[in-house]
Amino acid sequence: MQKKLITVIDVNIGNVNSVSKALNYLKVDHKVTNNLDDILESDKIIFPGVGSFYEASKRIKASGIKDVLKKRVLEDKIPILGICLGMQLLATTGEEVKKSEGLDLIKGKVAIHRASKEGLRLPHIGWNDVTFKDFKLFDSIKNGSCFYFVHSYEMIPSEEVKVAYTNYGVDYVAAIQKDNILGVQFHPEKSQHVGLRLLKNYCEGKF
Amino acid sequence: MLRYRVIPLVLLDGYSVVKTIQFDIRRNQGNPIVVSRIYNSRNVDELMLLDIDASKEDRGIDLHTVDAASSECFMPLTVGGGLKTCEDITKALKAGADKISLNTIIFDKPEFLKEAVSVFGSQCIVASIDIKKNEIGEWELFSHSNRNVNMSLDEMLDFLIKSDVGEILVNSVDLDGTMSGYDLDLIEHVSSATNIPVIAAGGASGPNDCSRAITTGASAVSAASIFHFTSYTPRTCKEDMDKHGIPTRLLDIEDTKF
Repeated sequence: MQKKLITVIDVNIGNVNSVSKALNYLKVDHKVTNNLDDILESDKIIFPGVGSFYEASKRIKASGIKDVLKKRVLEDKIPILGICLGMQLLATTGEEVKKSEGLDLIKGKVAIHRASKEGLRLPHIGWNDVTFKDFKLFDSIKNGSCFYFVHSYEMIPSEEVKVAYTNYGVDYVAAIQKDNILGVQFHPEKSQHVGLRLLKNYCEGKF
Repeated sequence: MLRYRVIPLVLLDGYSVVKTIQFDIRRNQGNPIVVSRIYNSRNVDELMLLDIDASKEDRGIDLHTVDAASSECFMPLTVGGGLKTCEDITKALKAGADKISLNTIIFDKPEFLKEAVSVFGSQCIVASIDIKKNEIGEWELFSHSNRNVNMSLDEMLDFLIKSDVGEILVNSVDLDGTMSGYDLDLIEHVSSATNIPVIAAGGASGPNDCSRAITTGASAVSAASIFHFTSYTPRTCKEDMDKHGIPTRLLDIEDTKF
C-alpha cells in the first residue's frame, strides 16, 4: 500500500517552516513542497501562509498551484487545511493591496477587518479565544481556548458553512469548514498545546 | 477578547544572549537556544530574538540560531538583526521566524519598509525604534548602529503609519536595563499618535510596570532584565495584569498538557 502523503504547500512567502516544525514535533510525516506532482500525489494538504493576499494570489496562479489545488480538492475530494493567509485564499476574492482572486473553494471575500471601523488597532495581533460548536477539528480542545492570531483582513463567507468565531470588535470567522475544505485564521503551529492538538486532529482525520 | 501580551526580549551579540544597560554595558546571559527553550516551557505569549550587533557588523542574525531556537518554540517568534532585503526576510522566515523586526534599515533605506510590507504583509513587519532623551529632555530617535538620524520622533511615527507596518517596538535607550520602570509618557505619546499596536520596551522593573504600560496604551510589553535578573516571570507579570482587570492569557496547568 502506498504511504499516505501530507504535503505542506510552500509558495515562498509563508512561515512554512513553523508548520513543518510543529508537524515534526507531532511525528507526522510530511513534505514541504511547491512541486505540482507532489501535490497531485498527496492525500492531505496543509496550506499555510503569511503575507499579502495579492502577492500570494499572483504566485499560486503563475505557478499552476491554483489549478492543481482546485482539482485535488474539488474533484478528488482530498482535505485541505488553510492556515491564516492560507484560509483567506480559500475565498473567492481578496481586497488586500488590490482586488485579486482566491481559490474560490468557499464563496466569500476577504476584506479589511471590521474592527477598524470600531476604532480598534490593526493588525489583530495576539491571543484570543475561539468559540465553536460541533466542530470536530477542535476535538479535545476546551471551548473558548486561546489561539494566536495575526492578521488585518478577515474572511467573510457568502455561503452557509460551518464556522468558529472569535471576537475583535465584531464576531468574525476564526475557523471554517465546508466538507473537506477547512481553514483557520489563527496559527495552530504557534498556539502552543491547543494548536498542536488541532493540527494533530487534522492529520489524524478528525474533522 | 484579545489578550494583552508579555514578550520576553532575547538580545544577541551574534551567538550569545546579552543584556545591555542603556545600550552599553553588557552582561552575558548564555545560550539563546537554551533561553528560548526555557521561555517555551514557560508558555510565553511570544518571543523576540534580536541581534543588536548585526547591522553594526554588516551581517545578518545567525539563521542557525533562529532555526534551532524555533524548533521547539511553538509560540510566535519575532526575529531581527541586519535584515535588509526581501531575500534576507524570506530566509529568516524559512529559518522559523514568524515576524521580522526592522530597525537600522529604516534609516538606511526607509522605502524598504513599504516594500517589505507589500510582499510579506503588515502583520509580518515590526518597526523597532530606539528613543533617547536629549539634554533638554526631548525625545530623539537613536541609531545603535551609528546611522544618520534625520527625522524627529513624530516624523518617524508618521512615516511608520504611512508604511503600514504591523507593530511598533518602542525602546527607551535611557531606561534600557535600568529596571526603573517604562517611560510611560513615551508609551502614551506613541500609542496615541498611531493606531498600530505598540510594544513597550526598556525599563521594566516588575509586574506592576507591565500593567501600567498596558493601561497607558501599549498593546504588549516586552522585557529582558527582569526575567534574567529577578525571580519575576512572564506569568507573574500577567497575574498582576489580571489583578488590574487587564485581559491576559493565563493558562491552567491542565491546559498546558499535551
